[in-house]
Amino acid sequence: MTIDWAHFTPLWSSLGGLLVGLAASIFILFHGRIMGVSGILGGLIRPLKGDIAWRIIFLSGLISAPIGAQVLGLMPAVEINASPIQLIIAGLLVGFGTNLGSGCTSGHGVCGIARLSPRSITATLTFMATGVMTVWVVHHSGFGG
Amino acid sequence: MNHLVRRISEYLAGLIFGVGLIFGGMTNPSKVIGFLDFFGVWDPSLAFVMGGAVIISFLAFRGAKQREFSLFGRVIMLDDLKSIDLRLVLGSALFGIGWGLSGFCPGPAIASLGTGEWKVFLFVIALIIGSWVAGRLQLRTH
Repeated sequence: MTIDWAHFTPLWSSLGGLLVGLAASIFILFHGRIMGVSGILGGLIRPLKGDIAWRIIFLSGLISAPIGAQVLGLMPAVEINASPIQLIIAGLLVGFGTNLGSGCTSGHGVCGIARLSPRSITATLTFMATGVMTVWVVHHSGFGG
Repeated sequence: MNHLVRRISEYLAGLIFGVGLIFGGMTNPSKVIGFLDFFGVWDPSLAFVMGGAVIISFLAFRGAKQREFSLFGRVIMLDDLKSIDLRLVLGSALFGIGWGLSGFCPGPAIASLGTGEWKVFLFVIALIIGSWVAGRLQLRTH
């Protein structure tokens, strides 16, 4: 394992992390809810009456961030190296997997670990492990595209 | 009035989350893959995003656990499921494969819709279909 010092951004990433934590804190302390994106989106895919508006408003805020950053000319590059077919397969896996596993990086990885939930710690270790293995297969094993 | 304040705060939480993801580098799939690339040239930045986020939220959840109602008077919903079952592990494993393949997890993918890049829309549509199928099969624990 070699560290990519040229692209390693500990200060910006820590600042980003603090903001993500602030958003999760606002959600639980003011709204009483866990800020888990897959679950918030999932509630729109199979909507229940009276449980829709806050989800749309939160996700609108989320989408506004890159729009605002682009208007200000501050949006960093979005480099997508996966092919369209890979993106479709990946999207299906992420959607199916996060629904089945009841959470993603925000719900399990941030909020779940912060509350020391054994389920979320297990989930996070699992998706980190298969994520690392997948990157190895795609980029280093000679099997990937 | 109270209703409006609540709505604004929901919007701001989403916005702050999105700005955090951008600062953290998580809206760039190539950087996310760099973080998962333990066996190549590893970029540990995203560990700092998660670390920073967990430290702040840890304090918030400690506060939340001692309360029944949120500051806006809503019931605090913390599920207390303890069981680690096959669905949790299998679902997370499949999610990780998709994450490693694309460099996108749900939060940054939805935020990146704001860039207007068509590939992001392709990913998010597939994500919605995948989640719908799993929901349809009613496989979830809760």
